[in-house]
Amino acid sequence: MATGTSLDRPLPGPPVRERPGPVEWARSHLFRTWYDSMLTLLFGAGFVWAGTALVRWMLTSDFTILRVNLTLFMVGRFPRDQLWRPWLAIALLAVMAGLAAGALGASARDRAEQSGLPYVRSSWRSYARRFSPLALLIVVILALTQTLTPTLLTVAALALGLGANVVGWRLPAAVRRWSWLITLGLLAGAYLALSAGETGVPYTGWGGLMLNVFLTVAGIVLAFPLGLLLALGRRSSLPAVRTISVTYIEFIRGVPLITLLLMGIFAIGFFLPATLRPADTTRALIAIVLFEAAYIAEIVRGGLQSVPKGQVEASQALGMRPWRTMRLIVLPQALRATIPAMVGQFISLYKDTTLVSIVGILDLLAVAQAVTSQPQFLAQGLAAVTLPFAALIFWIGSYTMSREARRLEKKLGVGER
Amino acid sequence: MTTDQVARHTRPPLWRDVRVLRAVLQVLAVAGTAILLYVLWFNLTNNLRAQGISIGFDFLSQPVGVQIADSGLGSGAPISSALLIGIKNTFTLVIVGLPLLTVIGVLIGVARLSTNWLVAKAATLYVEVFRNLPPLLIIIFFFLVVILPLPPASSPISPFGLLVISNLRITFPTFIDQGDSRLFWLVMLAVTVVAVGVWWWRTKRSERTGEPHHRVLWAGGLWLIAAIATYLVLGGPFTIQLPELDGRVVTGGFSGLGGYFAVLGALVLYTASHVAEIVRGSIQAVPKGQTEAANALALTGFQRYRFVLLPQAARIALPPIINQYLNYTKNTSLAIAVGFAEITTIVFQAIGNGRPAPQLILLLMASYLVFSLTISALVNILNRRLQLVSN
Repeated sequence: MATGTSLDRPLPGPPVRERPGPVEWARSHLFRTWYDSMLTLLFGAGFVWAGTALVRWMLTSDFTILRVNLTLFMVGRFPRDQLWRPWLAIALLAVMAGLAAGALGASARDRAEQSGLPYVRSSWRSYARRFSPLALLIVVILALTQTLTPTLLTVAALALGLGANVVGWRLPAAVRRWSWLITLGLLAGAYLALSAGETGVPYTGWGGLMLNVFLTVAGIVLAFPLGLLLALGRRSSLPAVRTISVTYIEFIRGVPLITLLLMGIFAIGFFLPATLRPADTTRALIAIVLFEAAYIAEIVRGGLQSVPKGQVEASQALGMRPWRTMRLIVLPQALRATIPAMVGQFISLYKDTTLVSIVGILDLLAVAQAVTSQPQFLAQGLAAVTLPFAALIFWIGSYTMSREARRLEKKLGVGER
Repeated sequence: MTTDQVARHTRPPLWRDVRVLRAVLQVLAVAGTAILLYVLWFNLTNNLRAQGISIGFDFLSQPVGVQIADSGLGSGAPISSALLIGIKNTFTLVIVGLPLLTVIGVLIGVARLSTNWLVAKAATLYVEVFRNLPPLLIIIFFFLVVILPLPPASSPISPFGLLVISNLRITFPTFIDQGDSRLFWLVMLAVTVVAVGVWWWRTKRSERTGEPHHRVLWAGGLWLIAAIATYLVLGGPFTIQLPELDGRVVTGGFSGLGGYFAVLGALVLYTASHVAEIVRGSIQAVPKGQTEAANALALTGFQRYRFVLLPQAARIALPPIINQYLNYTKNTSLAIAVGFAEITTIVFQAIGNGRPAPQLILLLMASYLVFSLTISALVNILNRRLQLVSN
């Protein structure tokens, strides 16, 4: 055989891929053609200008208004002698996040081991990269504090979270099965830490960032059951049920959230018995829940549609009843597919909670506007400082979440069926 | 056994008969919804009566009670005409905003895929910044930090004599009638129809003969020549009028309120970032072989986008982009935060003046709903037409 000889020769190594030097790189990425070069110069000048403007703004602006009002930004008018309550809630939430992340990681490890695949735990560097914006935000906020206590408490909360993470990784599988219950328990614990007892403040008295976060979490959690029902109703073979669901979903999706909020604040009283007069925050929350339910219904419907028909037919062939099929076969697969879209909805609600400022509720955006009319800060154009600060908080929150959602999407392999 | 007996045997008991169960479930659902609606209606009528508010829509003819800037309506005008002004103002936001955000969004979306590293990074930065900010915050920022620091209305500035800028309003040059402009526009309408016909003829001819169509040149050229000729024949039916600044008084020109530009700028930039993501995703969804084939044919970068990538990407991108148009339209309701008198703001002010809230908000919702449902019906038709017939 003529080709036989080639086997004796040493195999060539993998193809050598030359890393381009900086000059070649610049030529192929920045100066390919004359108009490419012009664009590069134009955008380079733009970047330099914007960068210097940003640095100048940071160096010359007076951030006193943020320092003085930092507590207002974070928790609104929460009683100042009760501030240990938000801190306790933060600690509980840190424990919750650490525990949940650890338990999820451990489950993924066990699944990989069972199927005989290697499990690679993310490196510290990848964690650092993923959460560096969040870390930056924490540093910025702590830099605005006037005493050392908040920094110490933040470090303590972070340490608690890391400790809980270690515990989460070591939880035995039997306990891990109940980690969703522990998560919910800690979430409820955080709410109780803020509201329980004589001196506690229920959510109707909250404000600032805390209120935005609460409205987002409560809005999604409370809207989920209703959304699930509506999605099932829309997919139902019963015409009456389907019509009711479709009408509700299309009606809500056709109107802006602000109209529902106006309805909640100004008109909900007319639709309730005269004895019932909910607080403004409750009214806003009702409007948000009714609004989100329609969007969650559409997300869940997408998930339901992604479950192959064969799954239902197979379970019918096994003699399962419709509800059992739904509970054990369809929903677990459908809901798994909806996770990235649900995170997307969570982000969009996080941004939309700012709308409550229009109807006079003191959320983060409302605080950012209100503090500029304090006597010592009046008419100095300080909205140019407070609004970017609020924007930074919202931006880092939704940027981090959207990055995580994209990662999750890849990990879950949604859409790669 | 007769067939009759078989049928009787296999008939399950009532509580396990699917037909009965289905009927019962539906009756329960309808009854539940009806009871809920009845309770709401009952409370509404009771509460309205208790507060001495009439249930109908008679209030629409009552005076609105506030002055609406730039509307020509006094505070004595009826609410119904104020609402119409509101709808008109919403439309001015939509009509100007949609083309703007489409152009910006497509440019940025294409720029994100640029081979120029700096351009791609700049586009990514733009998208990531605007996409992750609350639109309301951007609107308020534009209003408080960009528009309000402009010179006050008492001493506007007039850069190059083209614009007159103050923090209350911005005035642009406009066309002014010199007599017979209506005839001019009528002629131009006819010319446009003819130009479309020429376009169609060039396309058909090119399809039949395979010769280049040059339809832009033919139709556009015809239109331009006709426009210039008509203008000259009619002896200048209109001229461009620059806004003139005399102290603090602005005469002539076409002006918009500061709040309008804050909402327009903020929402256009915000929505364009979403459109850019859609455009990028759609271009990337075009199979890679198409790009390679275009390169193999030695098409230039522009030709590759114009003839290969964009037509295929448009098919994928159109439904989600129209969805963004809907979002933009719904977001114009946020103008309430800066007091620009679109329909939501007007309803808000009317409620503040003691007009009945339930009816007004229902009217408000209905007007958004009509718009949304019309658009989604159009999208459904479009989707069906755009769907590739599988081959």
